Amino acid sequence: MSAPLEFEVTLPDGNKFTQPAGLFINNEFVKSVAGKTLESINPATGEVNGVVYAAEAEDVDIAVKHARAAFKEWKKVTGVERGILLNKIADTFEEKRDLIGAIEAWDSGKTKEANAVYDIDECISCFRYFAGWADKIQGKVIQNDPKKLAYTIHEPFGVCGQIIPWNYPLAMAAWKLAPALAAGNVVVLKTSELTPLSLLYVAQIFKDVGFPPGVVNIISGFGATAGKALASHLDVDKIAFTGSTVTGQAIQQAAASNMKAVTLECGGKSPLIIREDADLEQAVKWAAFGIMSNQGQICTSTSRIYVHEKVYDQFLTEYAQHVKEEYKQGTMFDSSAVVGPQVSKVQHDKILNYIDIGKKEGARVVLGGEKNTEGDLSKGFFIKPTIFADVKPGMRIVNEEIFGPVVAVGKFTTDDEAITLANSTQYGLGAAIFTKDITVAHYLATEIQAGMVWINSSNDSDVHIPFGGVKMSGVGRELGEYGLSMYTQAKAIHVNLGNKL
Amino acid sequence: MSLPLSVPIKLPNGKTYQQPTGLFINNEFVQSKSKKTFATISPSTEEEITQVYEAFEEDVDVAVEAANDAFHSSWSQGDPQIRMKVLFKLSELIEEHAETLAYIEALDNGKSLMCSKGDVALTAAYFRSCAGWTDKIKGSVIESGDTHFNYTRREPIGVCGQIIPWNFPLLMASWKLGPVLATGCTTVLKTAESTPLSALYLATLIKEAGVPAGVVNIVSGFGPSAGAAISSHPKIKKVAFTGSTATGRRIMKAAADSNLKKVTLELGGKSPNIVFDDADVKLTIQHLVTGIFYNTGEVCCAGSRIYVQEGIYDTITSEFRKAAESLKIGDPFKEDTFMGAQASQMQLDKILKYIDIGKKEGASVITGGERLGNKGYFVKPTIFGDVREDHQIVKEEIFGPVVTITKFKTVDEVIKLANNSEYGLAAGVHTTDINKAINVSNKINSGTIWVNTYNDFHPMVPFGGYSQSGIGREMGEEALDNYTQVKAVRIALTK
Repeated sequence: MSAPLEFEVTLPDGNKFTQPAGLFINNEFVKSVAGKTLESINPATGEVNGVVYAAEAEDVDIAVKHARAAFKEWKKVTGVERGILLNKIADTFEEKRDLIGAIEAWDSGKTKEANAVYDIDECISCFRYFAGWADKIQGKVIQNDPKKLAYTIHEPFGVCGQIIPWNYPLAMAAWKLAPALAAGNVVVLKTSELTPLSLLYVAQIFKDVGFPPGVVNIISGFGATAGKALASHLDVDKIAFTGSTVTGQAIQQAAASNMKAVTLECGGKSPLIIREDADLEQAVKWAAFGIMSNQGQICTSTSRIYVHEKVYDQFLTEYAQHVKEEYKQGTMFDSSAVVGPQVSKVQHDKILNYIDIGKKEGARVVLGGEKNTEGDLSKGFFIKPTIFADVKPGMRIVNEEIFGPVVAVGKFTTDDEAITLANSTQYGLGAAIFTKDITVAHYLATEIQAGMVWINSSNDSDVHIPFGGVKMSGVGRELGEYGLSMYTQAKAIHVNLGNKL
Repeated sequence: MSLPLSVPIKLPNGKTYQQPTGLFINNEFVQSKSKKTFATISPSTEEEITQVYEAFEEDVDVAVEAANDAFHSSWSQGDPQIRMKVLFKLSELIEEHAETLAYIEALDNGKSLMCSKGDVALTAAYFRSCAGWTDKIKGSVIESGDTHFNYTRREPIGVCGQIIPWNFPLLMASWKLGPVLATGCTTVLKTAESTPLSALYLATLIKEAGVPAGVVNIVSGFGPSAGAAISSHPKIKKVAFTGSTATGRRIMKAAADSNLKKVTLELGGKSPNIVFDDADVKLTIQHLVTGIFYNTGEVCCAGSRIYVQEGIYDTITSEFRKAAESLKIGDPFKEDTFMGAQASQMQLDKILKYIDIGKKEGASVITGGERLGNKGYFVKPTIFGDVREDHQIVKEEIFGPVVTITKFKTVDEVIKLANNSEYGLAAGVHTTDINKAINVSNKINSGTIWVNTYNDFHPMVPFGGYSQSGIGREMGEEALDNYTQVKAVRIALTK
């Protein structure tokens, strides 16, 4: 018996909608060729939210074929028209903010009011920002040689494969789709098998506002099958991936099949440094925001905190107090909750394992350090916000990405020591520095190996500003004009105006 | 009894709309302090359409205060995506009101609906393009070694004064207001005294789109009073003007004498339209027609001097004459009318005077050469042949449907002819040899070169003049330079 192509859903907040379950290919929802499906689990209850069709290699192939065919015509659509379509996406997200936010919360474990709806705002901002770029993609005219008209055109790659994670399903989709489409590409986007539902709902919007068939294709599926097929596909011109470093490496290798362009946003273990002259109250608040938001499931979470020894104890006391008071845990539709459940049992188990490791390694538990089994929360994947103190550089909880609401706090004496500690992991995604001395902050920012540095804030990202990592955190940048340039390639055209042999 | 701030006007499509008549200041329509009004005439019937309030220096003062307060608000200093939303909304509203706007423009300026509809579409498209710029204005970081951290910021200039002409009232308003709204500046915009209506209607849409009070102020009035007040106002930091070169000079002087406010100017032109032997005849004729008869020739970049290579001269001249004579001229509201009326009695008189001068100078009238009818400011499409380079009709801007046509032999010769002008706004090059087109384009001293097309605009392509045709560029990314200034910050780093 095959799964239905759509099913009705009523959410705890009263929102009712029809959830598509097919693969969105060529502006239609279709079953997977082999009939393969996957279940999406509710992180608060462990129950099945729904069954959706899962793409395998043959489905990826079909999607890529349609995308390639669509590209022939999509190439001719002007930037002005692409911008208009992208703006309509933003308009629709705005109209349906509450519903889309609710679906996102329901499938990902984000708390709706404190988290998910703000992700929708970010999607809107992202689509509007890139919509504005669509008619402004300019090449250059290089004027050094009077005998030549030399110019570049910034062409789209063509068919872009995009693989997104489960921690910000819709926001990650917006970060990928908006620049790719603005630049004139067509896309085949695979969602995470843990969170396929919200983007399938949103897929209809692309059809409704007028994107031609084949330009936007959304498939649910597993990394090992659908993801691998996309990354290695011989007719995909570029692959963009956000996820773990280990999977990022596999994608980079698979991409070698046809030398497709690769951009990767991978893991991080971002340091947050608090100098003696920091505004401690603000440092406490941002340090909490930087790791306890989104249940710590943020690639750029500042999951290591280094505090100057003079303010170490004071910081720890205030920090624990602040997290305890402000980061209430609850289910997605509990409007007073800030921290929801982790996205899946696998993640939940992995985090608890790290907490165990931390204790065994000798770190001191200042807050949390266990599963949250209060009342109904015991049914889901809830882990209490956890603060480890007195950590040492060699500890696994200091070097490995935990991806949960678990932070490791250590101390330092000199700025150079802070820099060394900051640079000691394989990652280089984000970093945060708290100090009143801007010139020292600038110096530290230039010395720390990271793609992004926040001075006096943390995880204060913005669609206008490039986002990405160095070292094992990835390659390439998303967002901002830099992110847009990752979806075009320069073709140089030389017109000979008189250079005769 | 004083003039009501809104009057109903019945349009030839049978619909009646509310035309604001006041000065648009602080998002309200108000009477001028003097209560003075002036009439605006329909050029196709010579009848008065309505009176509108007339702004004088005292009214400009009030508007500038409003613009100044608005500049020091979250509109300019806050989230640019708010400005983005407003600009998108404005472009949508213009599209919703497209028919009304097109009719108002044809009524007040005399141009054909064919032309005014095109203007409205370009207006919406330009505001939409500007919306995308709001949050992309950037500075740079300059590496000078580890002793310093250097960066530049692009900041909005502040309160602007803008003076627009009567040939494209609505479109010119958009070219001025678009970048103001995009960059976070504020403005006092004066329309031309012969065409005040469409901008006042646009003001209602500006308010509806969510532009905060004081950001955009629109006043109707005359150059020597309101215009002069703007160009010499001590609190206006930048003035942008489109109009005649003579007035542009006066504005630049006034700007210098008052507070050295920054000046950009879009002035006159006498643009050469060049046809080479290997041009595609049929397509070229269309572009020659567009070049001088579109918008009744009242276009700053009109291709008003045609140069045809001798091998093709007879064919082009004869085909061009046929095309000119087959153009429909008359009632702007008839669907197939190409050319409506000239914009005013003054313009009509000036054009007829130049036609007379041309005849007296010894040029031959290939076609046209006279007024059409005796009601409405209509002029027949006019082509002069047998002209010399020193003729007034070849050197001076006529600003009407009057063109000269001259034979040339070589590429070098025509480049010299093309550049023999104090102007440098645009030029047309018609040839199937792209190498030639590029080489010729490189050598012509004009701000826009059209190859195998003419009067062909796009919101992202910059437009402006060389020499006495102006200063600065409108549209394109370049427009943002007019409304921003660069601040360099160099921080000494002590470690």
